[in-house]
Amino acid sequence: MQLLTVEDLKVSFPTPDGVVEAVRGVSFSVDRGKTLGIVGESGSGKSVATQTIVGLNPGGKVSGQARFEGRDLLTMGRDELRRLRGAEIGMIFQDPLSSLHPYYRVGWQIMEMIRNHTDMTKRQARQRAIELLELVRIPQPHRRVDDYPFQFSGGMRQRAMIAMALALNPKLLIADEPTTALDVTVQAQIMELMQRLQDEFDIAIILITHDLGVVADVADEVLVMYAGKPMEVADRRSLYYRPHHPYTVGLLESLPRPTNKGQRLKPITGQPPSLIHPPQGCPFHPRCPYVMDRCVSEMPPLDDADGGVAGHRSACWLPSDIAGASPELDAQRLDVAQRNRTAVAAAPEGGAR
Amino acid sequence: MLKFLVRRLTLGVAVMWVVATAVFILYFIAPHDVARTLAGKQSTERVIQLIRHRLGLDKPITEQYLDYLNRLLHGDLGYSYVNSMPVVNVIKEDLPITASVAFGGAILWLLIGVSAGVLAATRPRSFLDRTVTAFALFFYSMPVFLLGQLFLLLLFFRLTMAGFDIFPGGGYVPFAASPGEWLRHLILPWFTVALVSASTYARLTRGSMLEVLGEDYIRTARSKGLRERRVIYRHGLRAGMSPVVTQFGIDLGTLLGGVILTETVFGLPGLGQQIVTSISDGDLPVIMGLVLLASGFIVLANIVVDALYAVLDPRVRLT
Repeated sequence: MQLLTVEDLKVSFPTPDGVVEAVRGVSFSVDRGKTLGIVGESGSGKSVATQTIVGLNPGGKVSGQARFEGRDLLTMGRDELRRLRGAEIGMIFQDPLSSLHPYYRVGWQIMEMIRNHTDMTKRQARQRAIELLELVRIPQPHRRVDDYPFQFSGGMRQRAMIAMALALNPKLLIADEPTTALDVTVQAQIMELMQRLQDEFDIAIILITHDLGVVADVADEVLVMYAGKPMEVADRRSLYYRPHHPYTVGLLESLPRPTNKGQRLKPITGQPPSLIHPPQGCPFHPRCPYVMDRCVSEMPPLDDADGGVAGHRSACWLPSDIAGASPELDAQRLDVAQRNRTAVAAAPEGGAR
Repeated sequence: MLKFLVRRLTLGVAVMWVVATAVFILYFIAPHDVARTLAGKQSTERVIQLIRHRLGLDKPITEQYLDYLNRLLHGDLGYSYVNSMPVVNVIKEDLPITASVAFGGAILWLLIGVSAGVLAATRPRSFLDRTVTAFALFFYSMPVFLLGQLFLLLLFFRLTMAGFDIFPGGGYVPFAASPGEWLRHLILPWFTVALVSASTYARLTRGSMLEVLGEDYIRTARSKGLRERRVIYRHGLRAGMSPVVTQFGIDLGTLLGGVILTETVFGLPGLGQQIVTSISDGDLPVIMGLVLLASGFIVLANIVVDALYAVLDPRVRLT
């Protein structure tokens, strides 16, 4: 049994402008020692989905299931869920400066976490905090434990956040854009640290990011989300080398790579859709260069893709065997799209690659 | 911290010197002759000259100024001829009353204002939030003298007439004489001072807390599995207090003068009433003394508030 299994999660928020359907039916699972990468643009629902599971998004209308060791997180009592947070499920967030309380010492914040869930004395908790800071390689931890967050560098702050999140040996770590606010060199250090700790303590990690480059190195499985829906799920290799969904292809092609030196980056044209009135059919169709008649009216199911590679599923009407990113494959896709398109539903301007 | 205190206290002394000098100048441009007033209407020019000489008013101005500063440094604020006692004694007599009203009111308004603000902020747009807002607006628009009179009418007059002699209609009982009576006599003045100010603090706290509760570190606190109470008070309120402290610094400074109306309504013989009578009697030494006292208080309140910032926020360095 997987550590965490989320099934058909739907989250919506009532706002004065209408109901925001932030997450519209997402399923995923992650096991101990494994990393699930959730990738998507801002507003794709990736953070909302994970924060809802752990009860950090009050006020939303939630349906579906999220079983953590067999218990449904979505239906358990608030107090029961609160006790899981921190102890069994650790979390780190995007901006480590604003995520640490500016008025309290780093050590105090770690000790608070420990003492909240255990009967440790202050002295023991402090000792543990120093050990944790050492574990995440903060230099001179016995001295730094009394520093305030503003006395730490960006990378050190995120290390401290990781130390705090892992203080009680949680089984699951939710890392919500953990490296987005950091320098590239520091990014690599933080990812390396997370992987080392994962191996050491057999933790399951959900890594949320908009950067496919980050998950490329560490994720075992990747879920690509768009407009609150899953677009493509695959193991890392399959997703990178043989992406099926045009959105995933677009994301990969918009990454800067050494092989594209001297060329312009290829952006995905257009904007993510409004979640108050999401488009009919496939939510990506207004931006998709391979849009077909069917895409406008009917949401494709998340089905096997890549000619049936195990676990590789994609929500797209394009034939399942056309997978990968190359000019020839793009031409094939365009060809299919043109044959299934009446003149009215033309490809978006500039969308053709 | 020590460096900060030394620097600010030195600066405070400089401010006090400027105020003292301004008050001294005021004394001379004020349109009235002290000697003539003291001598009375029937007196001869010779008597007036004698009085002038005895008070040292015939000396050169610079000499008088230095004498005056010298006396100030020795804690001598002059002599009130109207009250027939040293100004210091006048202040000593009235200060406890005003301090009781002012500080009791301040503590009360902080308690009411901040807790109402926190309650409203934790349940935005709820019935409770709107109720707090409505009450805050109601009392905010209420003049102190009207609120005081209403309290007297409803809680003193009507209640006493109905046989419930709970609140007295005014007056002051020293704490040393009877703590219970002291409290009983001050409850209505305290609420009068507090409710008007509390509304400002409720609005201020609500706004500040709403902002703070949206911060990332509050999400972190929740992700640690802390109880909601701890999240709000330990993590939220600590950060949300900064604007409240700023406002409190301003209000604390003006507090001594601010209780004039309340003292008048409830017949409390405090500094506020003393200011009013001294001005109408032309009792310049008392006026000067009170101006100096109020300025000193403002200077002190500012230092305390700045130090409080550093206590609240470790990022603030006192230099």
